[in-house]
Amino acid sequence: MLAFILRRALQSIGVMIAVGIIAFTMFRFAGDPVNQMVAIDTTPAQRAEVRASLGLDDPVPVQFARYFINAVQFKFGVSYQFRQPVSALLKERMPATLELATCATVIAMVFGILMGIYSALRKDSFFAKVLQAVSLIGISLPTFLIGILLIYLFAVTLGWLPSFGRGDVVKFGWWTTGLLTISGLKALIMPSVTLGLFQMTLIMRLVRAEMLEVLRTDYIRFARARGLTTRAIHFGHALKNTLVPVITVAGLQFGSVIAFAIITETVFQWPGMGLLFVQAVQNVDIPIMAAYLLVVSVIFVTINLIVDILYTIVDPRLRATINRPA
Amino acid sequence: MSVPVLSVRNLRVEFASRRGALRAIDGVSFDIAKGEVLGVVGESGAGKSVTGLAAIGLIDPPGRISGGEILLSGLRIDNLPPEQMRRIRGKRIAMIFQDPLTSLNPLYRIGDQLVETIRTHLNMNETQARRRAVDLLAEVGIPAPDKRVDAYPHEFSGGMRQRVVIALAIAAEPELIIADEPTTALDVSVQAQIIALIKRLGRDHGTAVMLVTHDMGVIAETSDRVAVMYSGRIAEIGPVRDVVQNPLHPYAKGLMGAIPTLTGDASQRLVQIPGSMPRLSAIPQGCAFNPRCSFAFDRCRVERPEPIAVGAQQVACHLYDPRHSQDHAHVESVA
Repeated sequence: MLAFILRRALQSIGVMIAVGIIAFTMFRFAGDPVNQMVAIDTTPAQRAEVRASLGLDDPVPVQFARYFINAVQFKFGVSYQFRQPVSALLKERMPATLELATCATVIAMVFGILMGIYSALRKDSFFAKVLQAVSLIGISLPTFLIGILLIYLFAVTLGWLPSFGRGDVVKFGWWTTGLLTISGLKALIMPSVTLGLFQMTLIMRLVRAEMLEVLRTDYIRFARARGLTTRAIHFGHALKNTLVPVITVAGLQFGSVIAFAIITETVFQWPGMGLLFVQAVQNVDIPIMAAYLLVVSVIFVTINLIVDILYTIVDPRLRATINRPA
Repeated sequence: MSVPVLSVRNLRVEFASRRGALRAIDGVSFDIAKGEVLGVVGESGAGKSVTGLAAIGLIDPPGRISGGEILLSGLRIDNLPPEQMRRIRGKRIAMIFQDPLTSLNPLYRIGDQLVETIRTHLNMNETQARRRAVDLLAEVGIPAPDKRVDAYPHEFSGGMRQRVVIALAIAAEPELIIADEPTTALDVSVQAQIIALIKRLGRDHGTAVMLVTHDMGVIAETSDRVAVMYSGRIAEIGPVRDVVQNPLHPYAKGLMGAIPTLTGDASQRLVQIPGSMPRLSAIPQGCAFNPRCSFAFDRCRVERPEPIAVGAQQVACHLYDPRHSQDHAHVESVA
């Protein structure tokens, strides 16, 4: 088991080096950074001086090694537009995004799994059919449209919820949370629903399809022939088998929730990493873009690792193949 | 004779389809006494498995029992409410399915599956149930049961898994075990062991067994009586020795003729029944076997034969109708 985790961790490092190369090449191919830093009337001599002071005249592999070593220590350089260290900016924005993404994922998982189970077990009921039809809307409507519709309804027309921002936040060291104030919680509702809706409908449809599949298997029929209660069969035997594939999808979806957050954060002016990234793109602020890329891929790789480990906890057959590597 | 453990009376099972109800079982009647093994043979689709599923109350929509009755030790069970039927399943009637590889939930230890079944039906605490689980595994011949009880299904071979399935089936000492092709998915050397196990359990506990299979060899080895099914009906039923050595129904004759013998002349071809069993949607009028039967005469194409007692056997064939001898002479004189 430990060997498996170590092996996967090494693979993750490989992935991170590859992402690092891509992030680094952004600096090389998105124009000369010196041009963007200096004024238009800077002399060539001054430019060369700036170039040398930033180490931009070193050979490319040396520059990459330096970039990577710095990145591992969370030093991502200085933002062109804000004139602040990128790591400080990200640190400031990260809690907002992680809170939003976590909240959206929890909503998506809880309601998605519950509705999925319901529509599998009562697949001929009217409500299950309604859910199935409505879920199509959730899958096909673009996130920004749902966000705008929600704002129109609950913020503009009814005035129940704030249309933008994070509300009041409480500070714990460098972490800020909106979960402890009323206005923070109110501000969190619409963005997390918007962000989680797609995942929720996806998980619901997945759980439904998987559960219907599992309910047809021989071991469920044998469980019924053994006279187990319907409750034990549905929630003990069927649900556990259903959740094996759901774990993968839900895990990977958490990564894409963070990626999708760019749109939701823009619509709701949510002060998270996604909004920072959009501003960075508009201003060709490459250090921020590169750092964002690295942070998001670290999150993706970590989640993947966790999903793989969860898998082996749920499914004993995988544990066997891992302990006896080929 | 005491009340039979299972008594099926004129059972009908229908499956709703777009082209109307298809009758999978049409007027099947038989009894199984305590400690008796009834073999049920027939081709695929003859209704063997459906009969077994009907007895344990696991016919799922669009299928339904549309007529007749099923009695368990004299108690009618085909019309019980679902919750009462559930209490009977696993406790008084157990079922073993064909494929041991897929019958066990892969995510739970076999001990947990045993304990769950035991505690559903018997009033035991966790420790008692676990001890019983180990005893059951020992009884079905799993080596080192106290260690294997914590293993997962994938850690067992096919034959061992079928033993675990049998242990699960007998967990609550049922009166009746319905074994639906319990050896079909196993290799031949293991088949004999499983058959011997089922036979021994039936003998030791006085359990009645309904053994569904298409393997005549298995039937001849294990069963006391045998029912030959064709197109949802019983063509012939009787003591296994009589039916195997002296089959009466033309279909049963064909089946027995298709079994190779070690002593027979190797140059002789095995008997083959021409044609195939009709689909449920196209069962011919009269006797369902008439298009394939070389003895068929006019009455077979019109009137459905009812079971006729011939010695210890019951056969659904007009050839054995006492009135037939005259008719038959008449038919022959015309021809």
